[in-house]
Amino acid sequence: MSPDPLTGLGAARRALEGGAASPEALLEAAAARNRALDEGPEPLHAFLSTVPADAPAGAGSASGPGSAAEPGGTPLAGVPVAVKDNLCTTGLPTTCASRILEGYVSPYAATVVRRLEGAGARIFGKTNLDEFAMGSSTENGAFGPTRNPRDRSRVPGGSSGGSAAAVAAGIVPVALGSSTGGSVRQPAAFCGVVGIKPTYGRVSRYGLVAFASSLDQVGVLSRTVRDGAEVLEVIAGPDRLDATCQERPVPRAAALEDVELAGSVLGLPEEYLGEGLDDGIREAVLELADRASREGAILREVSLPSTRHAIPCYYVLAPAEASSNLARYDGVRYGVRAEDAPDAASMFSRTRGGGFGPEVRRRIMLGTYVLSAGYYDAYYVRAQRLRASIAREMYDLFDAGVDALLTPTAPAPAFGLGERTAVPYAMYLADVYTGSANLAGLPAVSFPVADVDGLPAGAQLMAAPWEEERMLGLAARLEGLAGYAPGGLPEPASEGKGGRP
Amino acid sequence: MSADGAWETVIGVEVHVQLRTATKMFCGCEAAYGAAPNTRVCPVCLGLPGALPVPNRRAVELAMRAALALGCSVREWSEFTRKNYFYPDLPKGYQITQFEHPLAFDGELPVRVDGEVRRVRIRRLHLEEDAGKSLHDRFPGSTAVDLNRAGVPLVEIVTEPDLRSPAEARAYLSRVKQTLEHFAAVSDCNMEEGSLRVDANLSVRRAGSRVLNTKTEVKNLNSFSNVEKALAFERERQVALLEDGGEVAHETRTFDAASGRTRSMRGKEEAFDYRYFPEPDLPLLELEEGTVERIRAALPELPHAAEERLREAYDLSLYDAGLLAATPRRLTFFEAVAGDGDAAFAKQAANFVMGPVAEALNRAGEGAAEEDLLPAADLRRAVELRLDGTLTSSAADQLLERLLEEGGGDVDGLVASMGLARVSDAGQLAGWVEEALAEHPGEAERLRAGEEKLLGFFMGAVMRRAGGAADPGRTRELLREELGSPEEG
Repeated sequence: MSPDPLTGLGAARRALEGGAASPEALLEAAAARNRALDEGPEPLHAFLSTVPADAPAGAGSASGPGSAAEPGGTPLAGVPVAVKDNLCTTGLPTTCASRILEGYVSPYAATVVRRLEGAGARIFGKTNLDEFAMGSSTENGAFGPTRNPRDRSRVPGGSSGGSAAAVAAGIVPVALGSSTGGSVRQPAAFCGVVGIKPTYGRVSRYGLVAFASSLDQVGVLSRTVRDGAEVLEVIAGPDRLDATCQERPVPRAAALEDVELAGSVLGLPEEYLGEGLDDGIREAVLELADRASREGAILREVSLPSTRHAIPCYYVLAPAEASSNLARYDGVRYGVRAEDAPDAASMFSRTRGGGFGPEVRRRIMLGTYVLSAGYYDAYYVRAQRLRASIAREMYDLFDAGVDALLTPTAPAPAFGLGERTAVPYAMYLADVYTGSANLAGLPAVSFPVADVDGLPAGAQLMAAPWEEERMLGLAARLEGLAGYAPGGLPEPASEGKGGRP
Repeated sequence: MSADGAWETVIGVEVHVQLRTATKMFCGCEAAYGAAPNTRVCPVCLGLPGALPVPNRRAVELAMRAALALGCSVREWSEFTRKNYFYPDLPKGYQITQFEHPLAFDGELPVRVDGEVRRVRIRRLHLEEDAGKSLHDRFPGSTAVDLNRAGVPLVEIVTEPDLRSPAEARAYLSRVKQTLEHFAAVSDCNMEEGSLRVDANLSVRRAGSRVLNTKTEVKNLNSFSNVEKALAFERERQVALLEDGGEVAHETRTFDAASGRTRSMRGKEEAFDYRYFPEPDLPLLELEEGTVERIRAALPELPHAAEERLREAYDLSLYDAGLLAATPRRLTFFEAVAGDGDAAFAKQAANFVMGPVAEALNRAGEGAAEEDLLPAADLRRAVELRLDGTLTSSAADQLLERLLEEGGGDVDGLVASMGLARVSDAGQLAGWVEEALAEHPGEAERLRAGEEKLLGFFMGAVMRRAGGAADPGRTRELLREELGSPEEG
C-alpha cells in the first residue's frame, strides 16, 4: 500500500504525478479528514476556516498560480497546505483568532502565501492559534482551543498549535506557522512533528500580522525535516516589501544530503538539561546525543549562563513591541468597532477592551508599562542589553567551532487543557528553551525524538545565523537516528526518515 | 506696557516640511497634494494587518540635502523610532519618526535682522512620516478621516532657543523657506497646503538673565505673519503675567487669527507619553560612503553666502543683495547682466532686475524664471545705454516694457525705432518747451509768475511730447529760464 498522500510531500507528489489523485481530490480528502476529526465531544479544531470544496486555486492570493505566482518552478504543485491564521490571505479571512478581526479579509496576500501558491501549492485552510500568536497552548483564541491529536485532553502547544495539529493528524502534509518565542518548535514537539524557525531576516514577514516585529519569523511545520526544508526553500529569500528580509542565498533542501554527522560538533548546553526538565525528555535527548556520538559526532558540553534571562527578557521586549504593533486595531479603518461611543477616545478603549482577549490585554498593558517614561531604561533598555548578551554567548560558541546546539525543545510534554491558563507565568515557561533563538535571531529546528509516557518529545537544534542548510542536514541525520514513529496515526512518509537511504 | 528693555524674549521654532517626492515615505502611493479623499492609500499607509514599511530612498536623499543646506552634520547612521499615540488619522497607532539618533544635527542658519547677521543654531533635523487629516466639518456630527497625507515624508527642523524677538523668528522662517524651497529645492514650502508647518515656543526672562523660564508652545500658525503676531501676543501676555506676580503655565496654546490672541489647548499634565522605542520593522539608516560629499557637491551656493558675495563684488546694499539672491535663478540672471561691471553698473542692473523684471515675473506666475522673460544680454545692453546717457529713466522704462513683452529683441534697433534715444539738441528741446507752454497757457502764466512747483508739471508735458527721450537736465534748464521771480510778478 502506498503511503497516505496527506502525510508527506513525497507521497503527495507520487499520488499526483502517478495520477492516483488530483489536487482537488487531495483537498477533498483533507476536508473529509478535517471534518471527521472535528466531530465528537473533543473536536480537534485545527482550522478556523477552510476553502469550499469547489473553490478554484488561489485561496491565498486570490489569483492563484499564473498571475500571483512568483517566478520559479512548481515544487509543491497540487499539494494542499495549511497556513496559520495570522498570515494574510485574500480568499479566506485572517482573524489571528481575535474578535477584533472577526471576519476580516485581507485585500492582499502575505509574501509567503504568494510564494507557496507560486510553487503550485493549494491553500486548504487557515489554522487556529493563540490570539495574535500570544500563547503556548492554542487555548487563548477567541474561537475555541485546538486539541492535541495524540491526546485530545491535552493542548497541542502554541501558538501555531493549529498548524502542528493539522500536520500531526495528517490533514495536510505541511503547514506554515510563525515563531516569536517558540511558537513553531514547541507545538511541533507537543504534536510529534518537525518545526523550523528560520534565521531572522530569512523569510519575508510581509503579510504576517505582527506580534513582536524584531522576533517574529514565519516557520514551517512538517512530518520530516526534509519536507520542512523543501517548504523553506520555497518561502525563503529577499522581499522588497520587507526591509528586514535579507539578500542571502536560499537554503536548498537538496543540500541536506551532503551534511555529515561525523565530525560535526554538537554543543550540549548545561542550562538546557538541568532543573525543571522532565526526566524522560532529558533521557531521550541524551540518548540521541549518545547515538550521534557513536556515529562520529563530537559532543561538547557548553554553558550559556544568560539563558536564565531569556524568559524575563522576552516578556519585556515582546509585549513592548506588541503594545505598539496592536495599536492599529482601533476600530477606525477595519475590524470590529464599538458602536455609540461618545468620542474617539472612548471608541478606542471600548473597541479594544471588547475586541481583545485577556492574554492580549495583559501583554499590551505590560508592554505599555515597560515603554512608559520613567520605566523605559529600567525595563526596555535593560532587556535589550540582556538580549545582546544572550546572543553574544551563543555566537561565541558557534565562532568557537560548535556546529549546532542540541537541546530539548520543551521542558515537559503536552499539558492538559486548562491546566496552565490560570497561571500566566507557568505558561510562559513552556518557551524556556526556545526563546533564546528568537532573541538572538538564530535558526532552530525541533524534531520528534521519542514518546515519553505516551506523548511526543522534541529535540531542538540551534545554529549560527544563515546556517539552515547545515542545521537541517544535521537534524535530518539525528531524525533518522531517533527513528521516531508515533503510534496510532498514519505513518510518516518513509523517504525522509532514517537519514540516508 | 512694554516688553522691551526689562524683559528678554527667548524663542525656539519647530518647522515641519513635506519633502517633494513622487511617492510616500514608506510605500509606493503618490504623495502629491489635492486628490479625492482616501484615493492615495495602500495596505502600508492604511496600517493594514501585516503590512510593513520600506524607506523611500529619494526622501532620505532630499532630507540630507535639506540638512546640509541648513548647515547640519549628517550622521553616518540614524535610527527610525516609533512615536505611539492614538488618533483617528494616525493609521498604525504610531508615527514612524526619529528620536534618539536623528538624521542630522548641529546646524546653523545665518539670518539677517535689522541689518545684522544672527546665526540661529539648529539642534536637529529628522525624517518622519506625516499623519492623515481629520475633517470635523465635512459630515455633521461625525469626524471623517482622509489618509491621502498619511505617510507623506516630512523633515522636522528644531532650533535651539536662539531667537530673541518675533521678528527674528519670522526672519528665520523666511530664510528656512527660501533655502529649502529654492536652493535645496526639497519642498514646495507652501503653508496654505500644509507643506510647511510651524510650531513655536516662547518664554521671557529679565534682561541679562541666563535662565530659561517656563515656556509655552504655540500651534496652529498658518502664516509667517501669524507666527509673528502670535509670538508678540504671547510675549506681552507672559510679561504681563510675570509683572503681576503670576506664573506662566507650561502648556500648549493655539493661535486664533481672528482675535489675534492665543488660548490654552492643553496643559503639560495632559501631555502624551509617546513611549518612543526603536522601530523594529526598519534596519538602521546607514549611508554609503561618499553620500554626504556627493549631496553636498550638488547643492548650489546658499543664500547667505551669495548675498555676501554680491555685496563684496558689486558694493550692493544688504537690501539689494537679499532681493537679488532670493532664488538661484534670479541670482544667476543678475550676475549674467551685471557681469564684471562696476558698482554703478550693478546698481542699475539691480534696479532693472528688482523693478520691471520682477514685476513681469509676478505677472507670469508660478514657475517662471527671469531668463524666460528676456535674455540677460538684452538687459545688459539696456543697462549700458542707460548709463551712457542714451536712455533717460523714462525711455529705459519704455524699452524694458517692450523687451519684456516680446521676450527680448534687438535693443539698439528698438531704441532707434521707438525714438527713445535722448534728445539734447537745444533747438528741438526749445520747440517742445514752447509747445508745452502754449498748450497750457494758464499754468504757463503761473510759471512765469514764479510758481516753481509747476516745473515738474511742464517736465512731464515736455517728456510726453518727446516720447520720454528729452534730456531731462537740459529741459529743466530751459524751463527754469521761463520761471519768473515771484517779486516781479
